[in-house]
Amino acid sequence: MGYTLNFNLIWRHFDKLWGGLLLSLELAVISIAIGIVIGLVLAVWYVSAGRVVRAIIAAYVEFIRNVPLILLVYLVFYGVPTVIDLAYSAPTSFVLTLSVYSGAYLVEVFRSGLEAVPRGQLDAGKAIGLTPWQRLIHVRLPTMLRITLPALSNTFISLFKDTSIASVISVPELTYGAQWINFNTFRIVEVYLVTTAMYLVTGYTLLFALRLVERRFRTAR
Amino acid sequence: MLSQILYALPFLAEGFAVTLWVSLLVVVLSLVAGVLLGVGLVYGPAPLRWVVRIFSDTIRGIPILVLMFFVYYGLPAVGVHLQSFWAAVLALTLFKTAQVVEYVRGAVASIPKGQSEAAMAIGLTFRQRLTSVIFPQAFRRFLPPWINGVTDAVKGSALVSLLGITDLMQAINQVIGRTYEAMPLYILGALIYFAVNYALSYASRRLEQRFAFIRD
Repeated sequence: MGYTLNFNLIWRHFDKLWGGLLLSLELAVISIAIGIVIGLVLAVWYVSAGRVVRAIIAAYVEFIRNVPLILLVYLVFYGVPTVIDLAYSAPTSFVLTLSVYSGAYLVEVFRSGLEAVPRGQLDAGKAIGLTPWQRLIHVRLPTMLRITLPALSNTFISLFKDTSIASVISVPELTYGAQWINFNTFRIVEVYLVTTAMYLVTGYTLLFALRLVERRFRTAR
Repeated sequence: MLSQILYALPFLAEGFAVTLWVSLLVVVLSLVAGVLLGVGLVYGPAPLRWVVRIFSDTIRGIPILVLMFFVYYGLPAVGVHLQSFWAAVLALTLFKTAQVVEYVRGAVASIPKGQSEAAMAIGLTFRQRLTSVIFPQAFRRFLPPWINGVTDAVKGSALVSLLGITDLMQAINQVIGRTYEAMPLYILGALIYFAVNYALSYASRRLEQRFAFIRD
């Protein structure tokens, strides 16, 4: 074995990891925000749409969920610009990919949430004279959000971890920073120990915060 | 374009075989390790339960990519030399094992307490209670999510391409490197992964329907 831990070089280059973590969070937050919009719109559309629209939305969801994220990342970054005359940076390309990717997972979450809203609530909304739009905004969506919060938290954490794939197209997020230190200092065990700790602390802090939100909104069931 | 892709097909098929082989190894190894650790987590003594809990929460809390680099670059640094293929399989297996542990825990926890109390009342030993009462029922709850999780192993296997192993993902990248036909090849690759994983998740849904009768 004979390996002596020495963290000095890690601390000297810690800005690569810290800046990387901030970028990871930024990528996750922007992608999840766009993903939520995609997910909500498609889920609401899905539950009220005819067969053709349903089939198209289902095809999008199934396709994205059954293909490795790394392939989608390559496809958007190296593939799409060869057929469409578009130029975008690696971070933009990754945000685009992760948004479409998270949208597919979130459609599923929101759709099952919408279908779990008790029928009686919608009838009650109708009975007091709410328009379909008002029923959606004031009855269906709030109830659906409460039902889906636990599943949403898990999806968010999982998407945060997925930002590590951005390193394959040289986006300088946390995993990329770790690799940089790995190759430039060879303090391999140390850098991955610190990186692991950073992912764990961030992930579990997020999870804890989301659990607090869940508890706050648990009342109505 | 088409002729170039046709020319590359045997090479892609070889890569696809590696993808399937990696996935199969990971699925089988993690099944064995995960069931053992999962049973340890539910029925084991306290220290074992803590170790498994920490193992599972740590592994599931970090990206697979970080775990893979840790194993691949870290093991040689501490004097353990594995072929890159086996280092990749080891990392993916560790990750999958943590998932299987949770499926086992969830499946066993879903069996009502009355079942094991009834088994105790008719005088079955601990071992008999597990093998004749708990496991047969837990198995049906374990199977659908586990099969669905096999798709994660197939998707996760694409990451071994980053360690220079020529799986389907790497084969596609290499063909693109020669032909510059990026879009058709990535779409072809996506369709292949999709076909395999869709078949698996379809099987999982069918099984779930078949076992629906034990929903309480």
